[in-house]
Amino acid sequence: MNSSRPLNYVLAAYVVLIFAFVFAPIIFSLIFSFNSQRFPTIPLGEFSTEWYEKILADPDVWEAALNSLIVSSSTAVIATFLGFCTAYSDFRYNFRLKGPYLGLILLPPTIPLIIMALAMLAWFSKIGMSGQIYSIIIAHSVLTAPFAMAVIRLRLNQMDPDLEAAAWNLGGSEWKTMRHVIIPFCKPAIASGLFLTAAVSFDEFAVSWFVSGLNKTLPVIILEIVQGNIDPQVNAIGTFVFLISMTLVVLAQVFFASRQLKSIHP
Amino acid sequence: MSAPLVVFDKVEKNFDDFTAVKELDFEIREGEFIAIMGPSGCGKTTTLRMLAGLEAPTSGEIRLNGQVMNDVLPHERDTPLVWQSLALFPFLTAQRNVEFGLKMRGIGKAERAERARKWLDKMGILQFADRDISTLSGGQKQRVALARSLVMEPQVLLLDEPLSALDAHLVIRMQAVLTDLQRELGITFVYVTHSQSEAFAMADRVVIMTEGEIAQIGAPKDIYRAPANQFVAEFVGRNNILSGAVEAISDDTAKITTPSGDFAVPMNEVKLAEGQRASFVISADLVHLALDKPASENAAQCKLISEEFVGSMVTLFLEDTKGHEFKVQMQERELSTFDLKSGDDVWLSWDTQSAHVLSEE
Repeated sequence: MNSSRPLNYVLAAYVVLIFAFVFAPIIFSLIFSFNSQRFPTIPLGEFSTEWYEKILADPDVWEAALNSLIVSSSTAVIATFLGFCTAYSDFRYNFRLKGPYLGLILLPPTIPLIIMALAMLAWFSKIGMSGQIYSIIIAHSVLTAPFAMAVIRLRLNQMDPDLEAAAWNLGGSEWKTMRHVIIPFCKPAIASGLFLTAAVSFDEFAVSWFVSGLNKTLPVIILEIVQGNIDPQVNAIGTFVFLISMTLVVLAQVFFASRQLKSIHP
Repeated sequence: MSAPLVVFDKVEKNFDDFTAVKELDFEIREGEFIAIMGPSGCGKTTTLRMLAGLEAPTSGEIRLNGQVMNDVLPHERDTPLVWQSLALFPFLTAQRNVEFGLKMRGIGKAERAERARKWLDKMGILQFADRDISTLSGGQKQRVALARSLVMEPQVLLLDEPLSALDAHLVIRMQAVLTDLQRELGITFVYVTHSQSEAFAMADRVVIMTEGEIAQIGAPKDIYRAPANQFVAEFVGRNNILSGAVEAISDDTAKITTPSGDFAVPMNEVKLAEGQRASFVISADLVHLALDKPASENAAQCKLISEEFVGSMVTLFLEDTKGHEFKVQMQERELSTFDLKSGDDVWLSWDTQSAHVLSEE
């Protein structure tokens, strides 16, 4: 292939810049979380785990972490279940208004989070469900189900359409076929969907902040700390949240990509 | 003659405003190897899928063992299908694939394993029992798919173009495997294919379909020697087809005037009346080739267009002065005595008794 050299340099620089802008703040946050000085300035002070000790001693942070754990794991299960059901109905059935149906399902991530959060809050307070931990779970499930659906739908599209009928043909009822063929086939995508939705929920701030009430999640607590004063504790919590989210996303990728590769190079 | 196992009684199938199968009326006998053959879109696969319950007939009845099957769900039928795509479960090993149907029927683990291994052994692939499907070759997968269906010990086995994905040499091998199995087990095979060679090589009877209708049913040699209509005559190939008006009738022959000349045909199978239109075929291997005008009353002068060799057989493609195509099939060593090249003029002739009048126009 004939490629122009200057263009290659420009593209390479572009990629480097993107990574720099994405990761520089995170890396600095990580560095400052081990810095003994109160203000994030250079030159750095000494290495210190003071801020980590501080957050570990703070019961509010512990409670928020527990809340985040409950919310993200419940959300993952509910959203992945919903995502699977919608992906399967898309795979299996043809019906009128299928286009609008799919559009509606994929809509939530395209709504600005702040609008979504306000709408959720208004709705929950109207029906008397605001400020509870399950309010966050419901809101997050709505928000993240499309991600699970997209991943599972991709997997179902790789399935030989005869596979399901073959199972019926061999005496499997529709439920048995679901259990012994469809779900095993989608397993990697289901695992991927679980981790992905957990990661999105764990990180999510806007909706959590609006509907959480007293049940704060980690991102909400971070904002509260920052609002009070500049406190390097934020860097320590941020590093935690980042590590957990990245782990979940990487796991989602691993589950999805391993099957993908296997089906391309059997 | 054994009792009919499967009966299609005026079966029709519409998809929206498209009629896939119309007025299908035929029987399949127990223990028979029947092939349903036709070009793509002729309704052969739809017919098979209706028998498996994967499509519901729009009208008419399908009976299996005398029982009306129209409303029986696919999983309640005993009609395993070997799929064109094989449709093996990619997340299971070969043995687990074979066990699948038994598992669905609630058969215990030990018995499942034993029966699956017996069939894998029978298909000569027991050593691959614990292998992932993706690591098997095309021929091995084919055998797993067969074992998966046969382990159910059905009365009737449905096969939907099962050999279409295989290499040519494997196709011949699997044809032998299939015919042997069918003879040995006595199971009724319903085999859908677009390949004439597969259907004619294996089946006891062949159903030829076109545009959702049956064009002809019969033993391969009957279809080959006595096609019922122009479609079948063209579909089985290697036939010369001529049509024209009946000019004169004598005791047992008729004279037909075609654009390519006047020819005599026998009237032992089909009665003809003077003035009616009629078509007849002469199998390409029954046409004689000569350099000089032969004495036969059925002779046509032609120009050689091209030759096609398959093994020791050669097919000549010729054209008469009116541009009508003729085919002649002969041994290659017989042809070499003529020393022909493209564009040469030759004479074709055939015995009156070699002509076969089509019963349907």
